Amino acid sequence: MDEKSTLETNEIPVNGNSKAEIKSVSDVTIRFAGDSGDGMQLTGTQFSDAIAAEGMDMGTIPDYPADIRAPVGSLYGVSGYTIHFSSHDIHTPGDQVDVLVAMNPAALKVNLKDLKKHGIIIANSDSFDKKNLDLAEFAENPLEDGSLEGYSVYEIPITKSTLEALKTMNLPPKAAQRCKNFFALGVVYWLYNKKFDFTLNWLEEKFAKQPEMIEANSRVLKAGYYYGETTEIFTIKFEVKPADLPTGVYRNINGNEAVALGLVAGAAKAGLQLFLGSYPITPASEIMQNLSKYKRWGVKMFQAEDEIAGICTAIGASFSGSLGATSTSGPGMALKSEAIGLAVMAELPLVIINVQRGGPSTGLPTKTEQSDLFQAMYGRNGECPVPVLAASSPSDCFTMTVEAVRLAVKYMTPVILLSDGYIAQGAEPWKVTKFSDLPEMKAVFRTNSDGFFPYTRNEFLARPWVKPGTKGLENRIGGLEKQNVTGNVSYDPENHQLMTNLRAKKIKRIENDIPELEVIGDKTAELLVVGWGSTGGAVATAVENQLAKGRKVAYAVMRYMFPMPKNTHKVLKQFPKILIPEVNNGQLNKLIRAEFLIDPISYTQVKGLPLKAREIENKIEEILKV
Amino acid sequence: MAESNKDNTKTENILPIYTAKDFTSDRDVRWCPGCGDYSVLAQVQRSFPQIIGEKKEKFVVISGIGCSSRFPYYMDTYGFHTIHGRAAAIASGVKIANPDLSVWIATGDGDALSIGGNHFIHLLRRNIDVNILLFNNRIYGLTKGQVSPTSEHGKVTKSSPYGSIEYPVNPVSLALGMEGTFIARTIDRDPKHLQEMILRCYKHYGTSFLEILQNCVIFNDGAYAKYTDKETKEDNLIYLETGKPLVFGKQKDKGIKLDGWKPVIINLNDGKYSINDCLVHDETSKDLAFILSSFSDNPLLPMPLGVFLDRQRNRYEVEMENQIADSRKKSGEGKIDELLMGNSTWEIK
Repeated sequence: MDEKSTLETNEIPVNGNSKAEIKSVSDVTIRFAGDSGDGMQLTGTQFSDAIAAEGMDMGTIPDYPADIRAPVGSLYGVSGYTIHFSSHDIHTPGDQVDVLVAMNPAALKVNLKDLKKHGIIIANSDSFDKKNLDLAEFAENPLEDGSLEGYSVYEIPITKSTLEALKTMNLPPKAAQRCKNFFALGVVYWLYNKKFDFTLNWLEEKFAKQPEMIEANSRVLKAGYYYGETTEIFTIKFEVKPADLPTGVYRNINGNEAVALGLVAGAAKAGLQLFLGSYPITPASEIMQNLSKYKRWGVKMFQAEDEIAGICTAIGASFSGSLGATSTSGPGMALKSEAIGLAVMAELPLVIINVQRGGPSTGLPTKTEQSDLFQAMYGRNGECPVPVLAASSPSDCFTMTVEAVRLAVKYMTPVILLSDGYIAQGAEPWKVTKFSDLPEMKAVFRTNSDGFFPYTRNEFLARPWVKPGTKGLENRIGGLEKQNVTGNVSYDPENHQLMTNLRAKKIKRIENDIPELEVIGDKTAELLVVGWGSTGGAVATAVENQLAKGRKVAYAVMRYMFPMPKNTHKVLKQFPKILIPEVNNGQLNKLIRAEFLIDPISYTQVKGLPLKAREIENKIEEILKV
Repeated sequence: MAESNKDNTKTENILPIYTAKDFTSDRDVRWCPGCGDYSVLAQVQRSFPQIIGEKKEKFVVISGIGCSSRFPYYMDTYGFHTIHGRAAAIASGVKIANPDLSVWIATGDGDALSIGGNHFIHLLRRNIDVNILLFNNRIYGLTKGQVSPTSEHGKVTKSSPYGSIEYPVNPVSLALGMEGTFIARTIDRDPKHLQEMILRCYKHYGTSFLEILQNCVIFNDGAYAKYTDKETKEDNLIYLETGKPLVFGKQKDKGIKLDGWKPVIINLNDGKYSINDCLVHDETSKDLAFILSSFSDNPLLPMPLGVFLDRQRNRYEVEMENQIADSRKKSGEGKIDELLMGNSTWEIK
């Protein structure tokens, strides 16, 4: 690389690149991509936190390699972090990328397919050497062979410039090189007309005891920023105006964090101690890790010896009067299914979180899918009804977890909440809910022994919850069929029919206790697009875009999968055509057919990736023949 | 610090307020006539009233699946008859969530050592203060006679018509290997010893494991005949009592001596050896417990009954509560709103 292109940071001109025109845009998606050791996750979170603090609406999604430390420079070692931010309300981390920061050739190769036509590439030209090009399986250097024609390519010697900026600090070369992600961050701050103060403040807090780290990273960050300002390679910089979000206090939250908080807040609202029994599994482990930190909140987190013990300890905790919960992913759900049946039979409250991933078997652990809907609905022996909820966004994971707690306690039943890798790791701003604003859901324990039997029922058909240790209410429950009212073991045929019906009726009645399905958009449209769970964001974006184009279309997002909202059939009947996009082979579609004898159009994809709004729009346009 | 044992059994001057009847439920007991489980049930019902100061409503009996797992239905306590193999896991959750309860597991050799083996071993290692009563009849009874993980090599059963080609697990050795803190063995036909062992289980802080040799009259009758027949039992059983020499036999004329690491039987009447040469039991010694646990693998040595090991270690549920208390002491009890806010917020006005 040409020596002249490196930058002497000590010689920053006072007047910046005044020629760069500032262009106002409403919606931008940036992806930082590099080697898994390049600090792309940190770079991405710094940028997203900084812009969130300025009041943008945004969505983010990390993309890690499955290997913990994949070989440097390899295609499968590429780590990325995508930030979608906007001056209007958005629902997803973005379909296509406007700006790709590629720290090495592998990062370019892996991510180029997601870059918009005429999109911007910021490439660390220092890393495009023979070795890295070979590792990325490029025959020719793409920066030189014309293959990137049509994109705006900015080659920046990020590594050399970083070392240059740190020249006077005498850091070991490896440590100095590690700062290069902050150079890229500085460039992007400049490009989007952002101040870097947010990150400077963060550095001061983070490295309070290591002043040389503050100094090194600050220098490099500023060097990157001033590189944008002083060199004349950029002729344009962008500005995104803050979004018009409702007033209030916000924080960033991902789905797994939101589930953990929802469990704590829900249990507290129910007046119960929270017990989580779980086993590490991607992509759900973060839930148990977070809960293990919340000692001051009295949370008991038990890392079990296996998935079965995870749920069984939770059932034990519920039996003894706490709120039992367990978090897992599909393979763990498979192992827990017998125990879920026990909780159904024993009629004990229990919250089961399934952060879905690509399957079957080990499948694609780090990728997303919505293919455990049938498993949640039917994956148990016997007639075994369990309410199934699905969170539609990272922050909705909080709301739906609290809802799962409410239903579990009120109806004395296990409740399954479906999240997935996409919303579990994706983050968005969340207007922080006040504890006092959560629904009332206080658990009631039976203490009166007069006329007590373990299987009497209240107006919601829930049986009494008795805390062991309560005098005079000693009783036995278990997985064998129970005689109605007395709870004694019963093999009577009529009783089994009666109890099967009662268990089903109890769950079905929950439909009276949940919000109706809401239709958004043109209510007289020919086409209704129904999303469920995490597909809700892409469906909302697609339909809003189509409405903006004047198309007659509407959408609804389902978050209560079983029982479904009471008005579901009525809503679906109103529309001549229904489109159900989902990340599986059409599971909700089949449920709707089975339940309502309605034949929707199924649009599915199983690639380990979330559905893109653009893909759904294409399908809408195809159906509407426009 | 780990504590010394609980001492509220047989406390002088305080009379029991319960009788065995108070722990007997109104359900008909439906084990096969002559089943060893009847004796275990009776001894548990007789032992619990001897635990002074523990209220009846604090007792919880948890079981998995199998003949012995019907146990909770017959006890007038809180009870939970769960699923196959999982009693140890469910009991762990009960005790950790509510350490105030006295938790008892009724399980069998198939339930605890085969399908539930993983939960069994991890419970021992965590030392949660629950009591495991393992009914070992060396056969699958409820499913009508298949080979179990404690069945002998060569055993002919319905699922091993040509003889079992696997070797049995030694439950006491396994428990020792898993760092169990209280490990004992008793037999269904010795009610007094059975009661004594049940009370010892209760007294121990931490996981107590009691293997109960139990006869299945239908599918494995006589499995322990040499330990129960009047003629043979004294020559085949040895009772472990800490501080006392290992002596056994009808005439108390046989002792156990260590020959290097190898336990051998010595004749106390041959003039060559005396009681002073005998190994003295020390229930605090893990090393000795390992040696004693191997006796049951050796047909020439007597079957030890009694407490192999009783040692102190921190309990999981106590450490968990301590971490919560310490954290609250240091930074105050957590407020939910504070948790929801997190560390980094911004305001939109």
